[in-house]
Amino acid sequence: MLDISTWLNDLLAGNQIFTANTLGYYWEGLVTTTQLVFLSLVAGLILAVPLAIMRSSKHKWISLPIYVYTYVFRGTPLLIQLYIIYYGVVFIDGIQESFLWPVLREAFYPALIAFTLNTAAYTTEIFRGAIKATAKGEIEAARAYGMSQSLMMRRIILPSAFRRALPAYGNEVIFMLHASAIASVVTLMDLTGAARFVYARYYAPFEAFLFVAAIYLCLTFAILYFFRYLEKKLLAHLRPQTS
Amino acid sequence: MKKMLSISLLGLAVAAASSAQARDYDNIRIGVDVPYEPMEYRTADGELTGFDIDLGNALCDRMGVTCEWVEQEWDGIIPGLMSRNYDAIMSSMTINDERRQQVLFSDPYITMPSAWFAPSDLGISEANAETLEGMTIGVQRGTLQDNYVTDNFSSVADISRYSTADDMVLDMEAQRLDIVFLDFPIGQSTLLNSEEAGYVVVGERISEPKEYFGDGFGIAFRQRDEALAEQFNQALADIQEDGTYDEIFARYFGEEDAE
Amino acid sequence: MLDLQGYGPRLIEGAGVTVQLAVLSLILAIILGLLTASAKMSRNWLLRRIATVYTTLIRGVPDLVLMMLLFFGGQIGVNAISDMLYYNYEIDIYINFNAFAAGVLTIGFIFGAYMGETFRGAFMAVDNGQIEAGKAYGMSDSLVFRRIRFPQMMRHALPGLSNNWMVLLKTTALVSVIGLTDMVRVAAEASRATHEPFTFLLPVAVVYLLIASVSEWIFARLQKHYDIGFGGQ
Repeated sequence: MLDISTWLNDLLAGNQIFTANTLGYYWEGLVTTTQLVFLSLVAGLILAVPLAIMRSSKHKWISLPIYVYTYVFRGTPLLIQLYIIYYGVVFIDGIQESFLWPVLREAFYPALIAFTLNTAAYTTEIFRGAIKATAKGEIEAARAYGMSQSLMMRRIILPSAFRRALPAYGNEVIFMLHASAIASVVTLMDLTGAARFVYARYYAPFEAFLFVAAIYLCLTFAILYFFRYLEKKLLAHLRPQTS
Repeated sequence: MKKMLSISLLGLAVAAASSAQARDYDNIRIGVDVPYEPMEYRTADGELTGFDIDLGNALCDRMGVTCEWVEQEWDGIIPGLMSRNYDAIMSSMTINDERRQQVLFSDPYITMPSAWFAPSDLGISEANAETLEGMTIGVQRGTLQDNYVTDNFSSVADISRYSTADDMVLDMEAQRLDIVFLDFPIGQSTLLNSEEAGYVVVGERISEPKEYFGDGFGIAFRQRDEALAEQFNQALADIQEDGTYDEIFARYFGEEDAE
Repeated sequence: MLDLQGYGPRLIEGAGVTVQLAVLSLILAIILGLLTASAKMSRNWLLRRIATVYTTLIRGVPDLVLMMLLFFGGQIGVNAISDMLYYNYEIDIYINFNAFAAGVLTIGFIFGAYMGETFRGAFMAVDNGQIEAGKAYGMSDSLVFRRIRFPQMMRHALPGLSNNWMVLLKTTALVSVIGLTDMVRVAAEASRATHEPFTFLLPVAVVYLLIASVSEWIFARLQKHYDIGFGGQ
């Protein structure tokens, strides 16, 4: 009993770790992680819609390049993609003199590019699956109404495909949040970067990583509940009727 | 089925425990963070070399034991010692109070100042809060240079932290960093002597205040391994006396004073 | 053909580490997954609760953070025990937690949670009538498990298993960050030393694609095997 109370005292007295200063690092990390994940998801989503339509095309020469893109980006670790883009841009001739350099020299943008390309590949496949699963009847009905291919895509196929893709896309958002933890390997001070800094400075793995794990857990649950809410609103018509 | 599973799990546990062994000093494992030229690095054909490596091997020779070098990245190097991945750390580790709480140090075996390195066209002659304003500073994560820069300049400059010195040098050459803060000999061999010359030391070499820059490099041991530390201290004194130390020193630093 | 500036042998060694790490972690994850699934379906509420906490926590936190926590923290935890033994009883033992073993344990532990969900769903999908039929034939519980529940469960579990394996394979790349010399680490090291990132990172990416393609083929064969008797379904 005595052991435990002295241990507890030591722990609190020796708590130089969670000062306002280190909490500041975690806060900055949270901001960086949120920006990185949010921006890459939005950009990835914008890319994925046309890519998914092309991927669903009957013409091989349209769908095949997209397939190769998604296959490569889904089949290799994000870490390698990040390394290639981060170290690779430097070797583009004359990049340091170009107007793009002030942007690319910061670790944030190569990371953003890598994350965007990665999530766009996964999202493309999710949408393709959803487009493929469109009920035949809906398409026939649209044709019978004399809708053009593009009008049918806009009015019939995409709206219902988006709804069907929602649960899988929710998983992708969580996956992206977790994957973003590798941003710290290219010097970004995201949440994990902040934890690594605190760990290296105070040699305190439990404090540093458990705290950041708790933050990630909260974020994960927030995303989870947000998508549950969306599903409830948007997929209400698919639920079995209850009397 | 459940029984079968629990047996195989037990098998795993036994496999893990079978590597448990009593400590024995015939073979000493030393943790080192590579590369950190010229203190520890690999030659093109993969051979481990450097001042720490040669000195460590000489010490082990003197003690009549075999040494095995275990590579470990810097930010995990003290935990790795604690967890007995190796018995000592010999990796350009500066002796300071923060670390003394964690590990037991040998006598210092070399003293190295730190220094600022920048491209020669950066155009500042001294590094201080005014000249560094708005710049991106590179340091190795968890080093005393990191602590010093973080505490003194994080409000005026961006700090990029790297796992290895090599990463940092690469980003310096890619012009992602404006200036880096490093152990002097490391910057000297990786930046000043590199093929793509054009780097200079900015301002004086720095070894004050002691609060950050400590008392020279020491070999680190677990707190309880006092006997082992004593053995190393004895061997160090011996080779400093008989000239072996000077010979190794000259191999990496020429005739120049280590300060 | 490819000289790879003398890094070839080390890269191949690194690829070996990647494959071994992935396969051993997979085995551990399957064992943990089966245990978790049985715990989740058990009548004991404590077991169910533990399994739920395990799968929820693991799936809510990034792999890399868990890896660092278990890798750096786990070792310190083990040490605390051995230090306690040393100071109190003068027993001097230590568990030599090498980086590879730590990697296998960590990845296995993480994916055990995902496997648990996969197996639970698969076990539930096995038709109860079949199990009853087996019992009616006088089969023992273990025989029912071997002949009826397991093969049919595998049929339902395979797609999820294959998916988990693909993710696990890519997750092994993260061990390079915590200091294990897998092929990603060798490639990253080589690209820094030579300043030629593409020379090393692209071949490694291709190796990942190859492993993924081969495993896809193997899983397709397995699926065919377990689908026997369910033609067309």
